Amino acid sequence: MNISLLDYGAGNLPSVERALQRLGAQTERVCTSAGVAKASALILPGVGHYGALMRALDRDGLRESLIDAIERGVPFLGICLGLQALFQKSDEAPTLQGLEILPGSVRVLSRTVKLPHMGWDQLQLRAGSRMLAGIDAAAYFYFAHSYAVPYHAEDRSLETRATCSYGDEFVAVAEKQKIFAVQFHPEKSGDAGQRVLDNFLRIAA
Amino acid sequence: MSLAHRIIPCLDTDGERVVKGVNFVALRDAGDPVVLARRYNAEGADELVVLDIAASRDRRPTFLETIRKVAAELAIPLTAGGGIRTLDDARAVVRAGADKVTVNTAAVLRPGLISELSEEFGSQAVVLAIDAKRDSNFWRVMTTGGRVSTDLDAISWATKGAELGAGEILLTSMDRDGTQSGFDVALTAAISKKVMVPVIASGGARWPQHFAGIFCEGAADAALAASIFHDGIQSIRSLKEFLAAQNIQVRLPC
Repeated sequence: MNISLLDYGAGNLPSVERALQRLGAQTERVCTSAGVAKASALILPGVGHYGALMRALDRDGLRESLIDAIERGVPFLGICLGLQALFQKSDEAPTLQGLEILPGSVRVLSRTVKLPHMGWDQLQLRAGSRMLAGIDAAAYFYFAHSYAVPYHAEDRSLETRATCSYGDEFVAVAEKQKIFAVQFHPEKSGDAGQRVLDNFLRIAA
Repeated sequence: MSLAHRIIPCLDTDGERVVKGVNFVALRDAGDPVVLARRYNAEGADELVVLDIAASRDRRPTFLETIRKVAAELAIPLTAGGGIRTLDDARAVVRAGADKVTVNTAAVLRPGLISELSEEFGSQAVVLAIDAKRDSNFWRVMTTGGRVSTDLDAISWATKGAELGAGEILLTSMDRDGTQSGFDVALTAAISKKVMVPVIASGGARWPQHFAGIFCEGAADAALAASIFHDGIQSIRSLKEFLAAQNIQVRLPC
């Protein structure tokens, strides 16, 4: 299985790479639209500022090829900022446009709790999830973020498969056809995180 | 369902070895960082901190190599620091595999460094390390491995650091460090209740009750210790089982 990792300078790319290699996957870094167009499975790792990510995608001309690959059904996994990028826009950089693949916007988490939301937290399953298959419902995952996509049960947003509550309830796992996204860092989430990545590899295979 | 309290082993390194001191002096060898990292990752540590206590320029390549080797062992977050003076220093540490960087002395000398790092890596990657020492009626910030006094009050400095973009405070009680007499609950509570970013308590851990106390009365979000883990006095797994039995939220391996 060959996984293409979008390389736009994100700090967590080597950790994601190592985690995938431990699972026996071949990885390659792609940083051009031609590279994205050829990918058979794509991961957008992400850490840092939403604006920096969206600007980097535009700077490198990756936005269109990424949207195109996702729409063609190339298996895609967005991690942390990579999840946020799939939505319409973000409070963190309000003038920039998201990839607009999923409905909803990224908001700052409630100021009633300490931010960033930093550390290991549990999920609330909202619908059957392929990413979380075989994982204990009480498992913890590592989060490190101040922004998230708020979850409103009444929206019936079918893409939301699991949520997490920290100040507000927000989208922790989203899935739609071959599009997968997690707000936590599976590459930093011990055995449970490895299992999430393994599930993605199986789906992508 | 809520955020787990984190248990964080710390590797103080000098060159290629882990060392440990009492009240920041009297250093002795405590093992191989790679071996320890592997063990803590398997035992259920929530994160790992690696600090270069020598922090000298000529040793920097050795420290970066240590980060690379340690990062390769981990499926948990890695924080690294010691001697980070510039954005370039931080970049080198992040490229070597650290998820977060700590700054201490250089941030006191030039607080703008905190903002620079936070703008580059995001505040979740910037940890302000504060070494605090009790004075008559306040906690004084010390720098340069505890050797140099400042006029800063630890509570105000922590508040300022968070405003500048630090996403976390690593708070070490110099009075307790290496003494195994328990965390400084009063210091930690004073800062954790004031600052709206997570606080990692450090210095003085010995017994499981010390951890329970620092999470409850001390309001710490995470607790860091070194020698009790290195020397096998306390296993991380049994510590977490103890805390869970006290109804303190921790991540137990499934």
